[in-house]
Amino acid sequence: MQKILIIGATSAIAEATARRWAARGDALFLVARDATRLDASAADLRVRGAASVACQVMDATDLDAHAAMLDAALAGLGGLDVALIAHGTLPEQKACEASVEETLAAIAVNGTSVVALATLIGNLLEQQKSGVLAVIGSVAGDRGRQSNYVYGTAKGMVDIFMQGLRHRLAKSGAQALTIKPGFVDTPMTSNFPKGALWAQPDDIARGIVQAVDARRDVAYLPGFWRLIMLVIRHIPEKIFKKTSL
Amino acid sequence: MALNAWGRLPVAPAARELRRSERAAPLPAVDGSLLAFGNGRSYGDVCLNSGGTLLATRGCDRFIDFRVEADGSATLACDAGVLLADIIDVFLPRGWFLPVTPGTRFVTVGGAIANDVHGKNHHRAGSFGNHLRACELLRSDGSRRRCAPDENAELFAATIGGLGLTGLIVSAEIALRRVDSAALTVENTRFHGLDEFFALNAAAEAAHEYAVAWIDCLARRPRGIFMAADHAPAGCVAKAPGAARRAPFTPPLSPLNKLTLAAFNAAYYHKPLPAHATTHLLPYFYPLDGILDWNRLYGKRGFYQYQCVVPRSAASAIDEMLRAIAASGQGSLLAVLKTFGNVASPGLLSFPMPGITLALDFPERGAATAALFARLDAIVAAAGGRLYPAKDARMPAALFGAGYPRLEEFSRHVDPKFSSNFWRRVSAALPA
Ligand SMILES: Cc1cc2nc3c(=O)[nH]c(=O)nc-3n(C[C@H](O)[C@H](O)[C@H](O)COP(=O)(O)OP(=O)(O)OC[C@H]3O[C@@H](n4cnc5c(N)ncnc54)[C@H](O)[C@@H]3O)c2cc1C
Ligand SMILES: NC(=O)c1ccc[n+]([C@@H]2O[C@H](COP(=O)([O-])OP(=O)(O)OC[C@H]3O[C@@H](n4cnc5c(N)ncnc54)[C@H](OP(=O)(O)O)[C@@H]3O)[C@@H](O)[C@H]2O)c1
Repeated sequence: MQKILIIGATSAIAEATARRWAARGDALFLVARDATRLDASAADLRVRGAASVACQVMDATDLDAHAAMLDAALAGLGGLDVALIAHGTLPEQKACEASVEETLAAIAVNGTSVVALATLIGNLLEQQKSGVLAVIGSVAGDRGRQSNYVYGTAKGMVDIFMQGLRHRLAKSGAQALTIKPGFVDTPMTSNFPKGALWAQPDDIARGIVQAVDARRDVAYLPGFWRLIMLVIRHIPEKIFKKTSL
Repeated sequence: MALNAWGRLPVAPAARELRRSERAAPLPAVDGSLLAFGNGRSYGDVCLNSGGTLLATRGCDRFIDFRVEADGSATLACDAGVLLADIIDVFLPRGWFLPVTPGTRFVTVGGAIANDVHGKNHHRAGSFGNHLRACELLRSDGSRRRCAPDENAELFAATIGGLGLTGLIVSAEIALRRVDSAALTVENTRFHGLDEFFALNAAAEAAHEYAVAWIDCLARRPRGIFMAADHAPAGCVAKAPGAARRAPFTPPLSPLNKLTLAAFNAAYYHKPLPAHATTHLLPYFYPLDGILDWNRLYGKRGFYQYQCVVPRSAASAIDEMLRAIAASGQGSLLAVLKTFGNVASPGLLSFPMPGITLALDFPERGAATAALFARLDAIVAAAGGRLYPAKDARMPAALFGAGYPRLEEFSRHVDPKFSSNFWRRVSAALPA
């Protein structure tokens, strides 16, 4: 049985992942900002076989609440083996371009709040010399694109931060894992037309559980995105600028 | 995304497809009519609402509670979007199974209630609604009504088999049954002619929990395989089938024609068949679930299923229908013959009634298909039978009215904001 903390637990991807952990009999501590949905999910995970499920309501951008939440999770679970940070929003790029406030708010949710949480959890794992911190970044963080670069900036910040943390934790035996999903059919993307590249939340969940078990460094999910992003990262700016990506 | 039914007949899309993901969410304030869409395993138009709004419920799929009572009975409470497949995944390893299951596990609990589905154990267990302890209904006036045999009992009876028309089923409490293993002991018997079927069936119903027959309706004289089964005792282990495969693409013309169907049926009839076998329950209950999207094999024009039930006293009607089908040369890959027992159906519009039920698939071939259906309709009507709305895309309003005597009583419980293509088609049978 693993002791698992999930932040942003009502996200479709996080919930699908929690179901897989519950089926294995793991103990879960769920954090999200909507109490009703949190309770519904907790009941579901109990029926599915979780050893225990406890919940806490928290807005991830409320940085002052982080330390107390982590204490509560540690006390509730009696330790920590895995932490998954999953919350996020997909800001409207055009709205961000027109508003500094919107841009910084998007970066606060998707970037700064994640860095703050990962700092606390990273320190804890380093101290206890064990455990895995998994953070959901995005392929959007691999290269800035005109259609989505504010979100990409925040995800890119998380990517570099996790890279550095992984480097630092290597000596301690703890692990920092960056999850980079491609297109996933979730409430976040409900307004997008879906094509062949789209994955279901449970496809991503399966990959997350495996990547945590295998203590991987970076997991593109589904795996073909590693190749796609390799190509996209290497397109010269001159050519890239002519695309409408 | 353009949701469609399992038969994939061309249909005008809904104006809106809204995904529900929260039990607590209210109904959307939109113009036009509403209808729940579960997993689209109905063949025809009960799950379609052209020009209106479809409420896709699959994302509302949380378990709520599971309780085992002192007497050993168990109740599962869950959202209506939970798939029967999810229930099996979670509960079969713990020794619990569905009390009634249709021939595919990829249906939602809401869909199973709204069509009051039946399984191969109807002669013992009745239909799905017989094991429904309660459900919560969300009506367009904003009210949430708990319905149970002793609470809003009329609305409960209207909602079971209510084709989604009494409002949105939000959650349900269903009984699960104990099983000692995931295996079944199966007895297979080949038969020739309907008399042999009826003899085998009478013996099987007395001795076995599950009974169903596959028939080759293209053979000159009906022949088939009778499959009776029971849950195996503890300690019986059977291997679960591998992951399902997907039908690769939709052929522009269906490869299923008179010749290939006859060849397939003959090969199926003659395949080596153990008289006694112990198998995992999945391939017995869900023989087609191993090939995802097999409905695409019928090609772009789509296909129909025709399922009727006639009283036992009208057994000759089955013979007559099989002759009419053979004469028409329009074949069916999957003809299923079974009898319904005397357990009373709980729903006002439940399909099962004591009698013999026959189900067959037909590719859409325009006028020829319509002519055959008209002939079959006449036989069913004369026999005092009825057609199954879950499989239907074309029955005339008059046949629906004749087959369902409680239609008028039912119509009083229809939520004024809810409608479907099926309902608009058949409600003409109601007095104005
Ligand atoms: C291969 C195959 C085998 C089958 N075998 C059998 C069988 O053996 N016995 C049998 O009885 N049926 C059988 N069926 C039919 C199937 O069980 C029914 O059509 C079932 O109702 C489909 O459920 P669904 O979740 O896909 O619902 P849908 O097809 O999406 O919807 C069915 C009806 O339920 C309503 N509905 C769905 N969810 C809700 C909700 N939350 N609230 C209110 N209304 C709702 C819809 O409005 C619609 O009227 C079979 C179908 C297939 C494809
Ligand atoms: N979907 C994709 O295509 C895709 C691709 C790559 C990466 N991702 C990433 O995957 C993660 C999960 O997203 P998803 O696709 O599962 O979408 P989702 O279902 O919309 O989940 C997003 C979750 O983040 C929560 N959240 C947002 N702001 C928050 C805040 N300030 N405090 C606490 N929680 C907050 C939301 O809670 P509320 O519901 O209460 O608002 C919601 O539960 C995100 O990090 C996302 O960026 C998604």
